[in-house]
Amino acid sequence: MRVLYALYSDPDSAQRAFDSLRANGTTPGFDERQIAVVSSEPFDGFDFFRQDHKTFIPWIAALGGLVGGVAGFWFAAYTQAVYPIPTGGMPIVPFYADGIITYEMTMLGAILATLITVLLTARLPNWKRKLYDPEVSDGKILVGVIDAPENSRADLEKKLLGAGASGVKEFSN
Amino acid sequence: MNEKTIGEINEDLLRPVLLTTRRFWIAVLLLGSVVAAGVAAFVYQVWRGIGVWGINRPVFWAFDITNFVFWIGISHAGTLISAILRIADAGWRRPVTRCAEVITLFALIIGGMFPIIHLGRPWLFFWMIPYPSERQIWPQFRSPLAWDFFAIGTYLTGSFIFLAYPIIPDFALVRDKVTGWRKKLYTVLALGWRGTPKQWHRLEKAMHIMAIVIIPVAVSVHTIVSWDFAMAPVPMWHSTIFGPYFVAGAIFSGIAGLIIAMAFLRKVLSLEDYLLPVHFDNLGKLLLTMCLVWAYFIFSERLTVWYGNESAEMAVFWTTQRGPFAPLFWTMVFCNFIIPFPLLAIKRFRSSITGVVMASCTIVVGMWLERFLIIVPSLSHKYLPYAYGSYRPTWVEVTILVASIAAMGLFYILFSKLVPIIAIWELKVGSHKPPVVHHQVSVVRVSSTAGATAADPGLLATDH
Repeated sequence: MRVLYALYSDPDSAQRAFDSLRANGTTPGFDERQIAVVSSEPFDGFDFFRQDHKTFIPWIAALGGLVGGVAGFWFAAYTQAVYPIPTGGMPIVPFYADGIITYEMTMLGAILATLITVLLTARLPNWKRKLYDPEVSDGKILVGVIDAPENSRADLEKKLLGAGASGVKEFSN
Repeated sequence: MNEKTIGEINEDLLRPVLLTTRRFWIAVLLLGSVVAAGVAAFVYQVWRGIGVWGINRPVFWAFDITNFVFWIGISHAGTLISAILRIADAGWRRPVTRCAEVITLFALIIGGMFPIIHLGRPWLFFWMIPYPSERQIWPQFRSPLAWDFFAIGTYLTGSFIFLAYPIIPDFALVRDKVTGWRKKLYTVLALGWRGTPKQWHRLEKAMHIMAIVIIPVAVSVHTIVSWDFAMAPVPMWHSTIFGPYFVAGAIFSGIAGLIIAMAFLRKVLSLEDYLLPVHFDNLGKLLLTMCLVWAYFIFSERLTVWYGNESAEMAVFWTTQRGPFAPLFWTMVFCNFIIPFPLLAIKRFRSSITGVVMASCTIVVGMWLERFLIIVPSLSHKYLPYAYGSYRPTWVEVTILVASIAAMGLFYILFSKLVPIIAIWELKVGSHKPPVVHHQVSVVRVSSTAGATAADPGLLATDH
């Protein structure tokens, strides 16, 4: 992977760079999905930050809750049924008492499903060398193009610099 | 705070992590000594047996269970408050949330230890786990103690994730600022975080879902702790009001604990530019609300018992109103209402950090007393007068209580040495201006009859 990128000190400049990169027809050979953005904070409301914002995590969380709840009830009820103890006429598998364990396990299922889905979809953990610049942690916003054709390099550099970057850098792995 | 640059924010908030001051070592030494004393008291108790405690028939639950309920209550400071503020998108929450969430984690760990300490023979803890037993021990699977296990386990897991996940971007920040072994450590802890839009979106979405899920879990936890008592036919325990009463008390003591912790951090870590008087003022308002709610609950609880006039309950009632426990009861009322109410209600006192912290200190003391007064008077005055008893704590129990408070401070300080105690990335989000133009702007040609050739891009901007 080769990435041509520039760093911007404010989100408006990053937005200008993003807009100019994705402008149709001016730079042939790559599409919007090849534009990479890295920042030290979320920039909700900016267009360059809208990449990959759609997610199905809430549904996975709900499913995790369902699985957790069913497993919790089964765990409690099966244990009680297999090892019955005298209950003085009360039910061996009590609905209200097991409801509490079912509830807690539902919530735990939702929490764990959310965590696992987030880690998987955000590709974490991943310690391989990836596109990054330590200046990002100082508040700079990285905007670049992944695997852009060589013949468009001059045009891309011009666009990145035109948006307010002080220089263009290259990353490869 | 808003005038600070990102570099200054990084420098200020990473300083406690990167630089170790003499004050840090003194605090660790002092708190560590108290914790060591507590461990020594615990070892002494294990060595000599639970006869070194003050408990005796009929009071079998006393300090340890009081501490358990108290610390689980304190744990409500963090995740619950943080989650509510996140859902409400309260901008002032940003410097407060992590301070709060840390309290939850450590308070749950400390609180969770007390039932095990209370066992007397903690190495036999596994006897409580419901599994088929060849020793003819048949655990009661329907016991409220089993509910505790699931509720506290879920809350602890959820609170840990709720705290840990938003720390990852800050670990990445520290990773970029350190060298040597620390670089290796924080590289591992940052999990390879870069800050792509996808990672940020997933983080924000996860936090949103977790905030929604964790609030009912937090409420359920203290409700279930209250059911440890309310499920037993013991005078003044068997009450339907116990669930919300405990939850209200937990939030009350939790906010007070949070305020004390914030004031402590503000001073020790020089965070005066971040933990502002407005944060204490806002939390003071929440505390005032909970002060009134707590007063309502204690009145409601006492009223229904008094009006019912059931003899066993009245015995407990009077022992707290004008009997041997009355001094503690009225101290509790003073600490939880008489002193803090004016301090929090009068703006002049509330807007000073000292006033809010003073109110919080009295509330923490008052709420510990409240937990004690729920447990001990009822057990010492159960139905049969010939079985009435009394209770007086020993130095072992007092030492373990004091050590648990010191442990909270010690864990907090050690945590702030490893992790920025204020969420740096969240603070940055609050410091930058929202975008004027949200999405790609279309320049629309309009008729010259309107007196213009192009519309104002700013007016055309829309947020899809």
